[in-house]
Amino acid sequence: MGVRSLAVGALGVVLGLAFSTNAIAAEKKMVNYVVKNGAIAKSLTGKPGNAANGRKLAINRKKGNCLACHKMPIPEQAFHGEMGPELIGVAGRLNEGQIRLRIVDPKFFNRDTIMPAFYKNTGFTRVLKKFKGKTMLSAAQIEDLVAYTMTLK
Amino acid sequence: MGDIMKKQIQGILIGAAVAVGLSGFAGVASAQDMIYKAGDRQSGYMYAAKETQAIQDDDLGNPAYIWVDEGEALWTKVDGKAGKSCATCHGAESAMLTDVGTRYPVYNAKLGKMQSLEQKINEERQEKMGAKPYKWESKQMLSLTVYMRNGSRGKPMNVSIDGPAAKFFEAGKKFFNQRRGQLDMACKHCHEDGAGMMIRANMLSEGQSNGFPTYRLKWQKPGSIHRRFRGCNKQVRAKPYGYGSDEYVNLELFVAWRGRGLSVETPAVRN
Repeated sequence: MGVRSLAVGALGVVLGLAFSTNAIAAEKKMVNYVVKNGAIAKSLTGKPGNAANGRKLAINRKKGNCLACHKMPIPEQAFHGEMGPELIGVAGRLNEGQIRLRIVDPKFFNRDTIMPAFYKNTGFTRVLKKFKGKTMLSAAQIEDLVAYTMTLK
Repeated sequence: MGDIMKKQIQGILIGAAVAVGLSGFAGVASAQDMIYKAGDRQSGYMYAAKETQAIQDDDLGNPAYIWVDEGEALWTKVDGKAGKSCATCHGAESAMLTDVGTRYPVYNAKLGKMQSLEQKINEERQEKMGAKPYKWESKQMLSLTVYMRNGSRGKPMNVSIDGPAAKFFEAGKKFFNQRRGQLDMACKHCHEDGAGMMIRANMLSEGQSNGFPTYRLKWQKPGSIHRRFRGCNKQVRAKPYGYGSDEYVNLELFVAWRGRGLSVETPAVRN
């Protein structure tokens, strides 16, 4: 699959200058990442995430809301969705970098997937104003989810 | 319970309903005449919980029949400068006897685009009755559209997508398949690819429109299909279009065609 270097931050500054100051502010925060062999090997924040916080994000309907579509080992939540694959044991099937890319931009693997990209802020159609130029999760929250997902052995 | 006994009980219920003067029944299909499956298409009724189905099945228990009654009253109520009601031109009972609920949106040559039932009602109110248009999601508009669509209950959805409607149908289809919002999802992702699957505690349906205006338990009242479109769009964090916008009327046409052959169920009950 080769190396895909996504200089999203730099591109964002260019677009931001052209269109609006809000866009600059939102885009500047984007962390550049490198996709290699179907994975983002490096942490977006440069450090490991907090698995306990990641578990909360997976439950939170306004954050990760992973439970909307995936069955997970979270027994205190009664209802788990069925749209996506079960995540029980996912850390035994995928490595950390592969999991990170699947959360950041799942359309890298499947163009037609329903799964949102949790770390993407451009290229959308008619985004509601309050979410415009924003990612669904911050880089730190992505790392928290990655850390939690890696506990699902 | 045997079929004969069921029918007897139903007969008693209908008799009782007529006796207490509830409208909504005459000439209208009963629950077992309904077509919930047509080809590969299934009404949202099939995806609803048993308890929700039961509320819809029982015309006396279905809370939306208050709107049917209200709509019937509006049908015969004189309004506007011309001193007319709907019934003046269409007859007191005609809304209960037509297939009007199966056919909309309809191409309107004068407008050069599709027209929804709500828009047709307001056109008639303004041009024929000299009355003010109803607001889209107003009690009056919902009552009248619920009443009129209820008059077609049991009849199969049958919109025309040929001739001048074709390009509007294509626009609606494109909308259905277009990703939108921060969640970057198209209608089809949930309602074609995902129909029958659970999203947490809710089962995704095909997004069929044959029961609209539908009484949603969440809303505690009937709502238009455009209200539902707006809700869905906002859920994927997309900017919704306006009530009666061309985009939604075209989408309504496409969605109605997807449900072709399914019985009109208005007022359906959903969660």
